Amino acid sequence: MTQTTAESAVRKQRAQIRVRTLRTDRWWLAPVLTFAGLFLFLIYGFWAMFDLSILAGSYIAPFSSPCLAAATCPEGARLFGFAPFGDWYTLPPGLLILAFPGGFRFTCYYYRKSYYRSWWMSPPACSVAEPHSKYTGESRLPLILQNVHRYFFYVAAIIGLILTYDAVLSFRDADGNWGHVGLGTVILVVNAVLVLCYTFGCHSCRHITAGRLNHFSRHPLRYKAWTLVSKLNARHQQFAWASMVSIVVADLYVRLVAKGVINFPFA
Amino acid sequence: MGYKAKFRVWRGEGGEGRLEDFTVEVNEGEVVLDVIHRLQATQTPDLAVRWNCKAGKCGSCSMEINGKPRLGCMTRMSTFEEDETITVTPLRTFPVIKDLVTDVSFNYQKAREVPSFTPPADVKPGEYRMQQIDVERSQEFRKCIECYMCQNVCHVIRDHEENKPNFSGPRYLMRIAELDMHPYDVLDRKESAQEDHGLSYCNITKCCTEVCPEHIKITDNALIPMKERVVDRKYDPLVWLGSKIFKRQH
Repeated sequence: MTQTTAESAVRKQRAQIRVRTLRTDRWWLAPVLTFAGLFLFLIYGFWAMFDLSILAGSYIAPFSSPCLAAATCPEGARLFGFAPFGDWYTLPPGLLILAFPGGFRFTCYYYRKSYYRSWWMSPPACSVAEPHSKYTGESRLPLILQNVHRYFFYVAAIIGLILTYDAVLSFRDADGNWGHVGLGTVILVVNAVLVLCYTFGCHSCRHITAGRLNHFSRHPLRYKAWTLVSKLNARHQQFAWASMVSIVVADLYVRLVAKGVINFPFA
Repeated sequence: MGYKAKFRVWRGEGGEGRLEDFTVEVNEGEVVLDVIHRLQATQTPDLAVRWNCKAGKCGSCSMEINGKPRLGCMTRMSTFEEDETITVTPLRTFPVIKDLVTDVSFNYQKAREVPSFTPPADVKPGEYRMQQIDVERSQEFRKCIECYMCQNVCHVIRDHEENKPNFSGPRYLMRIAELDMHPYDVLDRKESAQEDHGLSYCNITKCCTEVCPEHIKITDNALIPMKERVVDRKYDPLVWLGSKIFKRQH
């Protein structure tokens, strides 16, 4: 909507204070740290997407799982030994799947808050004026596409379960014998738990379980599920960051073991 | 133990004004509103400030203290350093009447635009039967004291006056969510939330939640669930298909 003369007059009836904010605390710190954290994550993700050190013993790098390409996935890294993308596909396997967990995080309600504040400064912090002269929010393209979040959730939930399966497989040694527990096992298990807590604490999951209902009492099981998801959802921000850090740590660890950089006995 | 505090208070009418400096006595246990009242009593008898309960329950004394929307009666002086200059201004999103008093009629207008609770025609008052778990979710929103700090801090209208006709603000989107979640409300409020009240303008940056003195989880429990309900109605083909196949009513 074009700003009319009448509206400008109304604007002038507000307290005319010519500073961006009167806040005296370090309001800029949170957006700076968020910007840096997300930037580092993107840098790592870009590198990991093209790195082919995917498998170390029974450890599978989370950024490349599920590994779906016959040409670039080692035998032990394939999901149930299955690689639907044949030899014709020679690009890194991460390229096939990372759009889904990436899209899930990009459209996540928490991450939207974090990058709207830190990257787009809309607003950078509460009661700090944003630099943009116009604002339409998520009412038109491209941001209206944020509404696809629940579809990314469906895929991310499957990938979360696959990462859990990978964590279970990490209790095998390089020869396939069960009972192995190394540092990598612990890292992969912790990562799987955090990823599941983040994924199933998502606002869309909360809506799908029972949030859309008005009569909880008629759906006791769904209400119970909603209650559990709500508990995770209350810590969605914490799980978002914890799972982001854990997935980088787990992925980097597996790749360094695969490259031989980490080679101590209980790796 | 009392001390002399430095205050900078916005004085003016109709938007025109300035920040004026004062040095004023502060005693142990006092809140910002106490100090504003002492200013009125000792130095500026014409200083306008709206207040009522002094207990954080009426929502009258909303103001901006060091740039943050706060209730004057709930902001303890002990949270500031003694040598700190405390800046007090009116709410920045609404027109100033005088000094710290703003015209919040924008909110009354938006309140009138939300259709009231609409029960089924065949259910009379006194015949409503529902369980606690059916209503407790929306009872959280009834804690609202209408201090309008969420409306004030929301950048959609704080930074963009031109959005005011199209956006009702977090307080009234929360009201719509409250009614939409009510087991006995039959009005379809989802499309209206999006089209008439500007739900899609909200980019969920949670400032409304941060400033709420009643600690209502406005974004997580009202706005995002409402956004998801709008997705059901407008953007999710599977939900649409399911409603056609199973003849589910919205």
